[in-house]
Amino acid sequence: MVAIGEANALIDTTDPRARSTRPIRPAGSWLVARVRTIAWWRGIVLVLTGAFFLVPLYAALRFSLETFSGGFTISAFRVIPSQEGFTAALNLSIHLAVVTTLITLGLMVPTSVYVHLRLPRLRRVFDGITIVPIVIPPVVLIVGVLQVAPTFLKSTSYLLAFEYAILAMPFVYRSLDAGLRAIDLQTLVEASRSLGGRWGSTLWRVIVPNLRTGLLSATVLTVALVLGEFTMASLDLYQTVPVWIYNFAQDDGHVSTAVSLLALVVTWLVLLAISSFDMRRIRRTAQLRKDA
Amino acid sequence: MGRGNRRVSTVALAETADSQQIPPRRRTRAAFVAAAGMVPFGVYTTLFLGLPVVAVVVEAFRSPTGGWTWQNISIASHGIYAHGFVMTIELALLTSIVPGIAGLIVANAVLTSRGRILRRVVSTASGVFAQFGGVPLAFLFIATLGSSGLVTGWMKALGFNPYDHGFDLYTFFGVAIVYTYFQLPLMVLIITPALEGLRPAWREAASGLGARSWEYWRYVGGPVLFPSFLGGVLLLFGSALSAYATAEALTSGSIPLTAIQIGSFLNGNVIAGEQNVGKALGVGLILVIAVAMVFYSILQKRASRWLQ
Repeated sequence: MVAIGEANALIDTTDPRARSTRPIRPAGSWLVARVRTIAWWRGIVLVLTGAFFLVPLYAALRFSLETFSGGFTISAFRVIPSQEGFTAALNLSIHLAVVTTLITLGLMVPTSVYVHLRLPRLRRVFDGITIVPIVIPPVVLIVGVLQVAPTFLKSTSYLLAFEYAILAMPFVYRSLDAGLRAIDLQTLVEASRSLGGRWGSTLWRVIVPNLRTGLLSATVLTVALVLGEFTMASLDLYQTVPVWIYNFAQDDGHVSTAVSLLALVVTWLVLLAISSFDMRRIRRTAQLRKDA
Repeated sequence: MGRGNRRVSTVALAETADSQQIPPRRRTRAAFVAAAGMVPFGVYTTLFLGLPVVAVVVEAFRSPTGGWTWQNISIASHGIYAHGFVMTIELALLTSIVPGIAGLIVANAVLTSRGRILRRVVSTASGVFAQFGGVPLAFLFIATLGSSGLVTGWMKALGFNPYDHGFDLYTFFGVAIVYTYFQLPLMVLIITPALEGLRPAWREAASGLGARSWEYWRYVGGPVLFPSFLGGVLLLFGSALSAYATAEALTSGSIPLTAIQIGSFLNGNVIAGEQNVGKALGVGLILVIAVAMVFYSILQKRASRWLQ
């Protein structure tokens, strides 16, 4: 319906005489038919896709709630924290997520700002370097890492954090790059410097606040990556949450499925919360602009 | 484009002016100082990315006792390992092209609908699902399409047991279905910005000139989208090629995939003298991706010529 209204409006504005001289009804009815067919196939596509993605979730939920006698209970969810090794795995995963985020941002934020500000001609080269981790399969990378890493590094989980920062690099750089393109970096830096700001405080108090959206999405991507990574952790013999789920499945499939579902839902909620936080900020900024 | 070129040319002009005024030695020093800011990043990527990859490539050509050899490469390109490569490439092709096309259709359906909430849910959902590989995903599908899964049960109730008709979740096609679960959302994420770049005005102009829907896609939408679509499929191909966790959790190595074979070398399932075959397999995987990228750039060039 809206589409038809718009189409009519379009005809009205493009040629005001068209309405009086030429009948528009045929065009209108052709549009109605077309809008209907579009809505029809779109509905089918969306329903089928929705089913493909939702049915496995529903199946997993049912499976984790089912008891052997055919009844339902939430005990599979309730017993998760008390399972052997789960708390340790969760702690390790969170620890890795925090350390990796710090390493990635600490390395990538100053470097991306520097490239944008001082070496704009190197930007394409830098683009190319940051995409390399996508080309190297993690399983190949970990083989090489375990080959060359010195023993003192191999014996800590920090080695994983260092490698996760490499895996996250393509996504983190792309978020930061989008953020940096959106602001007038040169002017901001010059303004801050001419007011006597040092490089450190310029970076921390001028650039970082302006990059908030990019930093937020970079953080989310890094955290999601670390919490879900299985290949490197399992081959480096560290029991993070995904590795724990895998190992524990031999004992109790119901609990493992419950944890899998929980992991999915929690990630989704965090992403939704962050995106709505972002929306609110954009709306507030727009409001401020309107008031001014 | 025009404006960009002009800006580049003014920069170039300014540079030539600079180079005439500043003596060459001070210029090299300035370049040196400028490059110094890249040192932390350079050192980091060399240590944690460059060095390991070089080590894999070098070790692929060495025997465990030291000394250079082609033995590893020869083992890696024969028998079960050759079979693994064929299977991996077939799986990657299937799960990049089919979910790629499906992702394009879904993204288009979502974008052309007017529901704002729908768009938001789909964009966050595809972010989550695209990351959602590995072990949890395997469990979801065991509960759905496993031999006693929910959907299998529904089909049995309808009198059709897929397991009697050659279907098995733990085989090639089963793994392909499971991969779709993260490949399709990945394509939606990649292709949505490109679809948003198709201006409604083009469509209106095309239909104003009497173009049918398919003509619009053939002459306007298709050519504009093609490069992004190709890039998306390449990314999907790479992600399917290097996927390890899902297949490992689902099949525990019952179908030969190169990534899993590489992993098994680290797990200690090694015949004496073949310790470095895993690295040769790794080199093979990187080569496959490199060939795919060459294909991609050739097609990309063709496409840009087509656009002109």
